[in-house]
Amino acid sequence: MTAETKNATNALSNLDLETPEKPYLDSNELIINMGPQHPATHGVLRVILKLDGEKVLGTECVIGYLHRGVEKIAENRTYTMFNPYVDRMDYVAAVSNGLGYCQAVEKLLNVEAPPRANYIRVILTELNRIASHQLWLGTHALDIGAMTPLFYTFRDREEILKIFEKYCGARLTTHAFRIGGCQYETYAGFEREVKEFVAFVKPKIDEYEELLTTNRIWLERTKNVGVISAEDAIALGVTGPVLRASGVKWDIRKALPYANYSEFDFEIPIGENGDTYDRYLVRMAEMRQSLRIIEQAVERIPEGPIMAKVPKVIKPAAGEIYHSIEAPKGELGYFIVSDGSTQPYRLRVRPPSFVNLQALDIMVRGLLVADVVAVIGTLDIVLGEVDR
Amino acid sequence: MTPVATPFFFYLLSGLAVLGGVLVITRRNAVHSALALILTLLAVAGLYLMLYAPFVAGVQIIVYAGGIMVLFLFVIMLVNIERTVKERQFNRIWPVGLAASGALLVLFVSVLVKGKALFPERGLPLPEADNTQKIGEMLYGNYMFAFEIASLLLLVAILGAVIMTKKKI
Amino acid sequence: MLNSLMSYLGSSVTPGEAGNQLWALIYVLIIFTGVSVAVIAMNWLERKALAHFQVRLGPMRVGPHGLLQPIADAVKLLLKEDIIPSEADKFVFWIAPLIGLLASFTVYTVVPFGPSQAVSDMNIGILFMLGVSSLGVLGIVMAGWASNSHYPLIGALRSSAQMVSYEVAMGLAVVSAILMTSLNQTGTGTLSMIGIVQAQQEQHVWFLFKFFPLGAIAFVIFAIAMVAETNRAPFDLAEAESELTAGFHTEYSGLRWSLFMLAEYAAMIAVSSIAVALWLGGWMRPFSHWLSGGAWDFVFSLFPGLTFLGLAAIAIRGTIRMPKHSLFRIQTIGLGAFAAVLSGIGLLLLGIAVGARAGDHVALARSADALNNVYWFVMKIAVFMYMFIWYRATWPRYRFDQLMSVGWKVMLPISLGVLIVTAIVGVIVG
Repeated sequence: MTAETKNATNALSNLDLETPEKPYLDSNELIINMGPQHPATHGVLRVILKLDGEKVLGTECVIGYLHRGVEKIAENRTYTMFNPYVDRMDYVAAVSNGLGYCQAVEKLLNVEAPPRANYIRVILTELNRIASHQLWLGTHALDIGAMTPLFYTFRDREEILKIFEKYCGARLTTHAFRIGGCQYETYAGFEREVKEFVAFVKPKIDEYEELLTTNRIWLERTKNVGVISAEDAIALGVTGPVLRASGVKWDIRKALPYANYSEFDFEIPIGENGDTYDRYLVRMAEMRQSLRIIEQAVERIPEGPIMAKVPKVIKPAAGEIYHSIEAPKGELGYFIVSDGSTQPYRLRVRPPSFVNLQALDIMVRGLLVADVVAVIGTLDIVLGEVDR
Repeated sequence: MTPVATPFFFYLLSGLAVLGGVLVITRRNAVHSALALILTLLAVAGLYLMLYAPFVAGVQIIVYAGGIMVLFLFVIMLVNIERTVKERQFNRIWPVGLAASGALLVLFVSVLVKGKALFPERGLPLPEADNTQKIGEMLYGNYMFAFEIASLLLLVAILGAVIMTKKKI
Repeated sequence: MLNSLMSYLGSSVTPGEAGNQLWALIYVLIIFTGVSVAVIAMNWLERKALAHFQVRLGPMRVGPHGLLQPIADAVKLLLKEDIIPSEADKFVFWIAPLIGLLASFTVYTVVPFGPSQAVSDMNIGILFMLGVSSLGVLGIVMAGWASNSHYPLIGALRSSAQMVSYEVAMGLAVVSAILMTSLNQTGTGTLSMIGIVQAQQEQHVWFLFKFFPLGAIAFVIFAIAMVAETNRAPFDLAEAESELTAGFHTEYSGLRWSLFMLAEYAAMIAVSSIAVALWLGGWMRPFSHWLSGGAWDFVFSLFPGLTFLGLAAIAIRGTIRMPKHSLFRIQTIGLGAFAAVLSGIGLLLLGIAVGARAGDHVALARSADALNNVYWFVMKIAVFMYMFIWYRATWPRYRFDQLMSVGWKVMLPISLGVLIVTAIVGVIVG
């Protein structure tokens, strides 16, 4: 063990990584640094693993390699200026981040986005949910050793990014919405292209499932791996597909409807066992539900203004607000304290990845190294959001 | 198959075997010792080949070099090498070992010198082509009982090893 | 000189057996270069086929359709800095890739490309092949240990455990095929690779279809075990990049790393050749019993030439479809030249086949025979090579404990059962 690891492990006392458990047949325990540069940690997560052979005795996540101080930056920017920063947190679901932030500020301002803007927001957010899940599926499958789904999902995600690009000029960090609505009117043929995309991607999702859902190796690698019970998940504050796979029917789109989600007809897929396979199934079903929402939204999209009446200089009254939305990875919340000036006094983000990552330890204890990467994959974390 | 340069290969292989053997007992690093042992085993396999015993040579490679030594290495790799290298040798009976091997050497030499009558004049005409078949016939014919007993003993040994290492059965 | 060279063409034993050192040397050289070229081709083919599985193009820049990519790779690897970690065990680190390479290339001394097209026809051929190929794991274990790093060590541990356990099932499957060789008048089987193929020739059946489905089950077990033995997907746990970064060769770079790759691909071809020799009739052409006779022999002897002509046709099609732009001129010329070379080889092979049919020149007839034998053997290996790529594109990776339980709890009992049933059926029938 290097001196650096020792220092790091000493600092993390709660896991007691330093003292080995009672030695058995003189097999010594291995402490491995997985990451920050590791192909399966989805960025710069560092996981310190204590191993007995290949069995995981404990883990400790070391985060902060991608910390940019987003919350502190917010205190020095006006509400409008801060808007693009949120895209850089969960960069694979930038639209959701923007939606959450814009709605939180709207709530603070007591402004309601016009119906057309809401429809556009829902369509783009749900498209983004599919894109995020596609990226998750590709990388998760790659972690488990299936290379091919990655390329299939990236091929299809490209179509979503094309729509984003046509709509707002950016593919990844979209900055699609403004406080009070949307900045851009939809381009000509937006509805048609979205409909075409829905028709295009439906068989593709079946294609992914064909490769994985009944694959014996996939089943063995994911069933009963990384199980988390509903109680544990709730106790840790885990949200999103990870919580739903444990059998808890909690989706903010239904529970505390925002935008105009209450107008759409969709279901919340839930799992039973809370294992990696159920999380996979839940996310696959969610993609289909998102397509359902998009179909309905595109059919019903009304005419009208896309921006509400928002003052040029956003200067909310003093007060505080918490607003959360269902991001692809779970509950994404914004807590904003306003002191009546043009800049937030304090802005706190509740990132789903960060909270879900806490569950890693109880999910992987007693499993093997190979399961650690599977579980990191199934938690669907984005380090930009974990570290902020 | 007519052998080529027999003395050369004999001395080469026996030299390698002796060299490997010496390295096994002189290396402090257990992995190096194991690798030297593999060298010895392979050299001995070569010697078997020269004795027209290809089956024994093949089994030697498969079982010893390919199987047992890999397991050896498997175990040794898990041991903390740094500690074993630093450790002082604790048993002081190497003079006894030296005396025993010296006695063995004397025995060999005396047999070679005095017991010329024990050896045939020329090498026995060994059935090269059906050598392996002959071994099979022997094992499943004359020595069937001994062979089966040996396999049963090995089975018992395997079970014993499993029971000893399992924490709870 | 020429006479002694030609005399071998007329004989029917391997150079090793005839004590013909010159021909043995020539064979060693041919096989060494042939396997190296096959590895290079396999490298290109794997990248290309995998890319097409995954809706991408693969290498396209170096040479037409990336044909020169392996050369570019090789140059890059040779020029790369050779890093030996400071804490590594230098000697073991240095020798590990060589051992892997040596083991996988030594196997080829007994690969029976034809009844006399092997370096040597050992009495214990199959035993030798299994034994030497099992030595390859030593290179991996040594590499993992010598790197003095955690990921390679885990990779080496996985690899050694995996190889040792799959060797058992593999060996039992092989034994059931060897049992089938003894179903003749004398009742004696053989371990010689050439003898095994000749036994299939005499019994007029590939052992794959012998005692259906017993032979097929043994074959399938071998086919699975050989993927595990060569550390390929879905059993590539020793180098699982998502878990162990690169497994046992994490610390290797440049030339040493490429030696590992060379050894891996050579070992893949070697184990495939065992499978081909034991179950797929070795050098025998398909339907050699059903469609026998001089005319059919002639038809099948046209295949080598036609294959090359087919490849040439693909290359010509590629040349025609090349963009007509001055930037692509060199590539177009190169691909055209490649097509010309391929069609030249094809025409030459066709000429040999036709010449052997028309005239009664012994050497020509024998070389046509040899070509056919080598061709069918290589084609059967190529099928396995394609399967290796296919597996890799399709399946996720097994977990270590699952791999072991499959090996010990599924493969081993089945192979043991097949062996026993084969023995019983063999006694009843023979």
